Amino acid sequence: MIAFTLNGQPCTTEAAAFAPLSETLRESLGLTGTKIGCEAGDCGACTVLVNGAQACACLVPTAQVAGAQVTTIEATHPVLDRLRSAFLAHGAAQCGICTPGMIMAAADLLLRVATPTRAQVADAIGGVLCRCTGYQTILDAVLDGAPQEVPMPAAGAAVGAAIARLDGAAKVLGTDRFGADFAPADALWLRVVRSPHASARFTLGDLEGARQRLNLAAILTHADVPGLNAFGIMPNLKDQPVLAEGFVRFRGEAVLGLVGARHAVAAVRDADLPITWQPLPALQGIAAAVADDAPQLHAHAPGNVLVRGRLVTGDPLEAPDTALAQGWFTTGFVEHAYIEPEAGYATPTAEGMEIVACTQAPYMDREETARVLGVAEAAVRIIPSACGGGFGGKLDVSIQPLIAIAARKVNRPVRVVYSRTESMASTTKRHPASMVGRMTADQGGRFTSFSMHGDFNTGAYASWGPTVANRVPVHASGPYRVPKVKVQTRAIYTNDTPAGAFRGFGVPQAALLTESLVDDLAEFLRMDRWEIRRHNAIGHGDVTPSGQVLHASAGLPQCLDALKPEWDEMLARVAAHNAGATRHRLGAGIACMWYGCGNTALSNPSRMRVVLARDGTLTLFSGAVDIGQGSTTVIGQICADALGLPLAAFRFVLGDTALTHDAGKTSASRQTFVSGRAALEAGRDLRRRILALANAGEDARLGLDGTRLTVSDVTGASRMIELQDLSADLEGDGRYDPPTTALDADGQGIPYATYGFAAQIALVRVDTALCTVKVEEIVAAQDVGRAVNPTLVLGQIHGGIAQGLGLALMEEFIPGRTENLHDYLIPTAGDVPQIRVHLIEDPEPEGPFGAKGVGEPALVPTAPAILSAIRHATGVTLHSVPVLPHRLWQAMQAHAAEQARPRKRREASLP
Amino acid sequence: MIAYHRPATIEQALAVRATQDVAVIAGGTDIYPAHAARRAWGEPTHKDVLDITAIAGLDRIEATAAGWRIGALVTWSALRAATLPPLFDGLIAAAAEVGGVQVQNRGTILGNLITASPAGDGIPNLLVLDASVEIAGPSPRRVPVQDFLTGYRATALRADEIAVALHVPNLPGARSGFHKLGARRYLVISIVMAAGIVAVEEGRITSARLAVGACGPVAQRLTALEAALIGVVPADAAAVVQAAHLAPLSPLDDIRGSAAFRREAALILLRDLLQGIAG
Repeated sequence: MIAFTLNGQPCTTEAAAFAPLSETLRESLGLTGTKIGCEAGDCGACTVLVNGAQACACLVPTAQVAGAQVTTIEATHPVLDRLRSAFLAHGAAQCGICTPGMIMAAADLLLRVATPTRAQVADAIGGVLCRCTGYQTILDAVLDGAPQEVPMPAAGAAVGAAIARLDGAAKVLGTDRFGADFAPADALWLRVVRSPHASARFTLGDLEGARQRLNLAAILTHADVPGLNAFGIMPNLKDQPVLAEGFVRFRGEAVLGLVGARHAVAAVRDADLPITWQPLPALQGIAAAVADDAPQLHAHAPGNVLVRGRLVTGDPLEAPDTALAQGWFTTGFVEHAYIEPEAGYATPTAEGMEIVACTQAPYMDREETARVLGVAEAAVRIIPSACGGGFGGKLDVSIQPLIAIAARKVNRPVRVVYSRTESMASTTKRHPASMVGRMTADQGGRFTSFSMHGDFNTGAYASWGPTVANRVPVHASGPYRVPKVKVQTRAIYTNDTPAGAFRGFGVPQAALLTESLVDDLAEFLRMDRWEIRRHNAIGHGDVTPSGQVLHASAGLPQCLDALKPEWDEMLARVAAHNAGATRHRLGAGIACMWYGCGNTALSNPSRMRVVLARDGTLTLFSGAVDIGQGSTTVIGQICADALGLPLAAFRFVLGDTALTHDAGKTSASRQTFVSGRAALEAGRDLRRRILALANAGEDARLGLDGTRLTVSDVTGASRMIELQDLSADLEGDGRYDPPTTALDADGQGIPYATYGFAAQIALVRVDTALCTVKVEEIVAAQDVGRAVNPTLVLGQIHGGIAQGLGLALMEEFIPGRTENLHDYLIPTAGDVPQIRVHLIEDPEPEGPFGAKGVGEPALVPTAPAILSAIRHATGVTLHSVPVLPHRLWQAMQAHAAEQARPRKRREASLP
Repeated sequence: MIAYHRPATIEQALAVRATQDVAVIAGGTDIYPAHAARRAWGEPTHKDVLDITAIAGLDRIEATAAGWRIGALVTWSALRAATLPPLFDGLIAAAAEVGGVQVQNRGTILGNLITASPAGDGIPNLLVLDASVEIAGPSPRRVPVQDFLTGYRATALRADEIAVALHVPNLPGARSGFHKLGARRYLVISIVMAAGIVAVEEGRITSARLAVGACGPVAQRLTALEAALIGVVPADAAAVVQAAHLAPLSPLDDIRGSAAFRREAALILLRDLLQGIAG
């Protein structure tokens, strides 16, 4: 028995001495506020105080806290209360999975240093990773000694109010329940046995003998899948098995499921299981997979080409080409690195299955799980847990089919919690891209053509490969007027980790190539890089390469204009500094982006329901999953103003497929725009019903006090409705499906109802000797249509920028090599600069109160702007990311050698 | 079930070591990540554990006749909080660069040496400090750090021994520094690092010790460079560093950097370091 003081109270535990404190707190003592993100001291999510000093609870043997004072997020203390309030006020908690660790790390500092500097705060929280916020709001929150609560808006004033997220209190208290935080007491545990090989055949031996020997309830194989042993995003492409059938296509593919008591499944060595492996040569990378002699990985994909995308308008080769830029760009796998690994549980029900798990797409999970179970969709109920970050990585099912078949097999609840490495090795990534492009401009700097061929590595299974292949052609030429465009893309199967959806669906990769070509053209034409972009910026009334006229909400020119003074100032600073600098050089960079909100040329409806019940409760039933971006709050704000009652009156039922309508996936920057519009319609519908009941005019004001609903008109006359006396609850129903059309063989049509636009400028400092890049400043301007909640909008922009910075400078997932958060690097609190944001509001008539999507766009321009700045500082054009020091060094060496041969360089850049 | 021993005396700890194959744990900052990495690919077993953190007296930094004794349980944070002469500036700089504050609060300087990772931030500093390891066991002994490190993640510590302290000899008037190159600000494994100590008398360098880490299986002292610096005016020290001085290094290509870049970066870090402490 180990005795210590926990949050001021004496505590004893029978936990194993070697059990990490994180596990003891969560599993033995039931304090799940302390989160587990990596079990290796890499992420800091489990930060607690041991004798007043911050520690990763995953690195502390329980034995070592004997006699110690342990303080967790569940503690009560004025400093913790202050931090909680400040995190809410500043929007410093988004998904909330890092928040307990972040607050404890900050408390460690504030208990020693009452009024720290920003640098001291960064040092103190430098050991806690956050993937959502970009850290700046966290630093602001910790520095805020007297946080002010943002008041809830009055009726009709919710849209535009910078209120704290409505679901924030639980996140800062540590009481929000993520996938790993709860399960029925009688749940068994699942551990998935995965292939250590990227390509292999295998045979299974005496599993029943192994099951008995290892004291397990079941060992699952593909034979235990009652329905179809296949899942996948596309309706016609269910190409990934739940459990492999004698053959694996990537390292990390699921082979067996071990079900039993927690300690029993945890104790099993893979080497003790009767699996005989026969490793085969693996196709790693695009080049290997498209080689003439490459084996075909899927019967439906000759040449390993999963799908081709195409957009053609005019013939680029016939365009005037006073200036011609040609280039190439390659990118690697990028990991979402949400701090919450996949977790949840399944409970068998009389009809089918109930699944509680972190997800971005409950209805899609339901469909996939039902198919695997071989039951009707209605027999499966998905109840989303809190989601500790998604970014596209929790759109595909991961654990859901596995726990479903396990629970079916043993006929009792089964839970699973992925380890960090399991999450990284087995779930989707951003597609690596290999792109070549050509762009031309006329004498006056007007773009005349763009062409590109891009291959995208979709890994072993299709996932979102078709979406990437289709979305890229629409966007590849950038947010510019380009009359002649030809873009061809392919998604290629390989034996790498499956690539899927990740914030931008291929557009960030394409923007790296395109924005670099734009810089080439500017250089050739001796134009300023801002100037050439402003000159060509697409705007109202312009026609996109897919033939769509932008009738409204196309604010890129305003974005660029907003940045102009800072761009000029940045260029002046760079010139002044570099005049006297040799080793440490500054550089300024710029990039633009556009991004279609919603699915590409496909229906993607959302339906919302709002109920004013006879007991006076007002409930929004929303199937939109809030993965930290704040959709619950934003959709609530929209619905409140559409209805005309105060937001504070609302309660929410969220995501549960048995209680809410399908709002579609939390992806493609569509929830504010699509579900927001549905919530607007639902609010209006309820309002219409109320007004009809009161026989009042449209401008009447509503008031709700208990069960008494008052409806007042402009003259002050009012009518009271006693809700209890009604024969039924009052309901509002709202649906919205953005108007799009299918694209023809040349990619012509209306793929999206609206687009987000943005431009960013970046200032970097390059140590040209050690080849390190420090991003010193980012200024963003983004057309969001209408900022429904400025705090949450800024949070999305900051977070996107932080991920874009990681893409540019440090993130590279290498299957089998960077499967943890110390080899795979994401930005820390010391890597993201202060960010300034200009919110441009060019209203979208289709959107709720003019709003459109925000989430993905912010990421797109960041990496190209940083690379543009590195080029400005060093003269080096980079052709791949991440720009790790050794890569920049190599590029600078090559550049210096090229500079020594001026003739060849001239040839390369002239037509 | 993993047996867990947490004795209160070094004698009891040695008795465990003498008879059982155990992993010795202090701060735990290397043991748990390694365990998690193996477990993730289906190897959940772990050796029995010998926890030395309940042994009294190992958490102190003490002055000795020759210099200082740093106990086996002295953490990075404890080192940063201690009052020490400029001789320790390099090791203290490393203490601020290891992991995040959580790791600095638990991880020990001696444990970093015993893990013997090529990227261990403490190791080049201990090399230039001419530190030696005090080992308890059947035949207590003192082993210079240079001899203690025998290869990639390998040390001279025997299965029946426990390292109990580091001894650092004084070098009056010496200044030291540590420069680390990583791909992000916090929580970063070194691409290359350099540590150095320089003593100056009457305007000339009288003693110089330099070491580079993450450029081969074991961090290396650069003795030719050290010799070349003797008698040099401090302001000229950085210019003395030449590529030939890096002959003891054997960097590899890996995800963090290429071998060629590591050599170049090592040169620059050494020059920056000498500029800082001698210039």
